[in-house]
Amino acid sequence: MNRTIERQRYLIDFTIASLARRRGRNLGLFAVYTLLVFVLASASLLGYGLRKEARTVLAASPEILVQHLLAGRHDLIPESHLAALRDIRGIAAAEGRLWGYYYDAGMRANYTLMVPSDRTIEPGTAIIGSAIARLRNLGEGDAVHFLSPKAKMFRFGIAGTLPSESELVAADVVLVSEADFRAFFGFPAGMVTDIAVSVRNPKEVATVSAKISRLIVDARVVTRDDILRSYESLFDWRQGMITVLLAGAVLAFVILAWDKAAGLSAEERREIGILKAIGWETSDVIAVKFWEGGLVSLGAFLVAYTLAYLHVFHFGGALFAPALKGWATLYPDFRMVPEISGQQIATIFFLTVVPYTLATIVPVWRAAIIDPDTVMR
Amino acid sequence: MRTSGRPSSKVIALLVAGGVSCLATLVDSTVRRDTDLASRQSRAALVASLGLTDLSLFTEARYTRHPAMADLHSAFQDHPAAWDHFPTAAWVGPPQWGNQGE
Repeated sequence: MNRTIERQRYLIDFTIASLARRRGRNLGLFAVYTLLVFVLASASLLGYGLRKEARTVLAASPEILVQHLLAGRHDLIPESHLAALRDIRGIAAAEGRLWGYYYDAGMRANYTLMVPSDRTIEPGTAIIGSAIARLRNLGEGDAVHFLSPKAKMFRFGIAGTLPSESELVAADVVLVSEADFRAFFGFPAGMVTDIAVSVRNPKEVATVSAKISRLIVDARVVTRDDILRSYESLFDWRQGMITVLLAGAVLAFVILAWDKAAGLSAEERREIGILKAIGWETSDVIAVKFWEGGLVSLGAFLVAYTLAYLHVFHFGGALFAPALKGWATLYPDFRMVPEISGQQIATIFFLTVVPYTLATIVPVWRAAIIDPDTVMR
Repeated sequence: MRTSGRPSSKVIALLVAGGVSCLATLVDSTVRRDTDLASRQSRAALVASLGLTDLSLFTEARYTRHPAMADLHSAFQDHPAAWDHFPTAAWVGPPQWGNQGE
């Protein structure tokens, strides 16, 4: 056993000396490899973390939402539907929701104005999301002025801010009273944005939503499962997009690795020939090349994965923020729960370390089985 | 036999350090978990109390702010075949048929 370990260590010694002879090239390869695995691992960790976050947090969203569609667009829905909905057997409660968008031209930011059902907001005051508080440098006791779509200035005293840990769901939310909401938007009386419905028995959601569709024929019924599925497909799409964007980089790396591995230089072929001529076994030559590929790829993987973890869970995926932000000026400053799955790490490992190591061995095996005399010539 | 200065010792030490740093991420995630799960629960509580439906990740357009609530044509708001204006819309997938609860 000791003899085997010692033998492998000597082979590693030889491998490192061999790598050191082409230091610049191998360090460059290591850096590119690390960068590539870092980006792939960051995208994977961020996507998985956000997916888990959406799945857990949005599981508390309304069971059924009823929207009115007009000419293919979301339209206001009459409050008169509430009574009819409450009569449907299986529905525990139906409640109109008031919410809408406000574009703050001064800050070039979009806010979501809402009337909360769980608390009473004094007219003339507002509770704001912490991203807005940060953007506009506002705190409790300050005041903010919004120019309404009807060109009338409204003053809201800041009654409080939503907790900073809620930024991922409420970064841009402004909670106002119903009277202020209706006056600000010129929102017609007797209308609401949509209706939230809760069901007595969660197993009956599909039946109840079918009944709602029959009762209000021009309605679009969105269940909690639809919301969760939307987010699943959104993150699938996002990861797919990142994969597509990275495909060019991955292919470039594959060409680089293949070129390095498959196109053995004359010097490397001569090295193999000399090793064989002085009595090295084919298996020894292959072992050296295995260590060469293995050390570079394993080292790059370990460094890249650790950096990706720090990037996503300690620095909020800062390098991806510009892409996720788009033209928005409001972006949540969130700290994700570190969600790591063994399967995810194994996938990144097998997609990066194994192919490179194998790509290194195959051409060497071909060169190593040729007669040393032929190789050296 | 000289062993202390052998390149293999240094490289193995570096790989072990790399392995330990990877394991440290698992320890870090376990240590942070209680605090972070508490903040996730407070997010879920806010979602339940305000009746929120979406993550506020992309605030630039209404159909990226509320992808679950957006009507099916919102990505083509100006013209059915018009290109989308907003960069983050590229991250939001097209609606899936059957997602409409119909």
